[in-house]
Amino acid sequence: MRGNVLRKNLLTAMLLAPATAWLVVFLVLPFIAIAVFSVGERAPEGGYQAAFTLAQYANLPARATAFWNTMVLAPVGALACLLVAYPVAYYLALLAPQRWRLILLALVVIPFWTSLLMRTYAWMYILGGRGIPALLALAGIEDVRLINTPGAVLLGIVYGYLPLMILPIYVSLERLDRRLLEASADLGATPLATFLGVTLKLSLPGVMTGFSLVMILLLGEYLIPTLLGGGKVFFIGNALVDLFLQSRNWPFGSAIAITLVLVSVVVLIAANRISTRVSGARRVDLI
Amino acid sequence: MRAFVIAVFAFLYLPIALVVLFSFNAGHHASEFTGFSVQWYGKALSNPFLVEALKNSLFIATTSALLAAVFGTAAALGLARVGVRTRAIFDALLGAAIVVPGVVIGISTLVALVQLFAVVNPFLASIWPDDQPPRLSLGYGSIIAAHGLFSMALVTMIVGTRLGSLDRNLVEASSDLYATPLTTFRSIVLPQIMPAVVAGFLLAFTFSFDDFIIAFFVAGAQTTLPIYVFASIRRGVTPEINAIATIVLVASVLLVVLAQLQLRQRKPSN
Repeated sequence: MRGNVLRKNLLTAMLLAPATAWLVVFLVLPFIAIAVFSVGERAPEGGYQAAFTLAQYANLPARATAFWNTMVLAPVGALACLLVAYPVAYYLALLAPQRWRLILLALVVIPFWTSLLMRTYAWMYILGGRGIPALLALAGIEDVRLINTPGAVLLGIVYGYLPLMILPIYVSLERLDRRLLEASADLGATPLATFLGVTLKLSLPGVMTGFSLVMILLLGEYLIPTLLGGGKVFFIGNALVDLFLQSRNWPFGSAIAITLVLVSVVVLIAANRISTRVSGARRVDLI
Repeated sequence: MRAFVIAVFAFLYLPIALVVLFSFNAGHHASEFTGFSVQWYGKALSNPFLVEALKNSLFIATTSALLAAVFGTAAALGLARVGVRTRAIFDALLGAAIVVPGVVIGISTLVALVQLFAVVNPFLASIWPDDQPPRLSLGYGSIIAAHGLFSMALVTMIVGTRLGSLDRNLVEASSDLYATPLTTFRSIVLPQIMPAVVAGFLLAFTFSFDDFIIAFFVAGAQTTLPIYVFASIRRGVTPEINAIATIVLVASVLLVVLAQLQLRQRKPSN
């Protein structure tokens, strides 16, 4: 009997061993490495020099513009995504004819898994000099500049992250007990009151999941501001690429990366709190 | 509401359609479509740097997705056998591997590997018998490992969900009928989770093939297709890029549709 238990445990350990090794070597250790770097100093030739100082963190205001742009455009972008995504998710979950539902859902999932680089490139092409501005010039409206503006970056953000916002909201709306909507109407609530008091409240876990996921990914976004902001709209992601691949100030870059992770954790916790308090349910899992 | 939903779908798909359309444009300029031609595909596929980048991407995506499918499935099976506390730790780590932005994964892997190589390479040099010791450096290996982290977490979650909805009665019936655990696994469990494993592999492949930001940090001297395309876009938009973008988009769409079909398949055919 004991031999049996031992053999069972051995098998479990063997099944989990490769994944554990991978998580430790390529997630936990790297994270410890940047944490250690972030309290270190920059060596004269650009590498890392062991130290224990908070100087890198004190230096964060040196990249204030990148932080400011990200901290403004990430929540604004996530909110814009939400405003576009909610009606789509609502339609898919509650109004769409049954035979269309799966097809429409697949049409949402496909862009989610399609290269963000290529999709952002498509807008670069459309907004660039030979795209819409050239068409407007034909119509007599000259010198319209669309690309390399904060507006173009915001458009790219909505385009890139819309599917990720639609999916969790759809999941929470689809699980909604329709009888609650009928009960609310039977009790004399107006459609708006039913929407606010029942539908919106119960779909809040999905909204919060979508909002926090999009917001966290936007905090680390690099491609969209680079391609559609043309070096004028700098994000934290741009600062990190500069510090790690060009000016090689790794300790300072590590301090920025750690700050970014801490902000992400705060966003996740806040999203969980809000959705638990309002609807009594935690955020939904996507997979 | 319907009009709004249609407009949103148009917004999602029109830009992609435009790139595909103009990849067949005979002319140079985006503002006018001068005729149908496949010349840009010919130009793209006769560019040796591009073909090299494409081959690298295919190799990296295949390897990392295979490793992720095997290790991720093993992990999902293992996690079904452990206690609540161990499970919670794994779930947190796997969730982190998926949610942490690529830029942070790229940076931290870069920092950790460079430190590791700085220790291992002198050691290898000191124990090597001749003057040509192997030198570890960034390249295929580091991209595969970093992509594999996300992909493995993804496969573990997809297969784990499928295992959770597995019909326990079949498993019990099988062991009641004196099937060995291995036979039960092969004839009951494996056929039921296989669609999830295949879907996980396909999504992992798509992720790796499309990823730019992680590879950008850990590629070292290697080039992947997204890195090559990013560099060419920054030099200027050309119709050639439309052709590459179309190839990549079509490939990703096919893979995702295949993966979705696998996940929808509720019952194995036998």
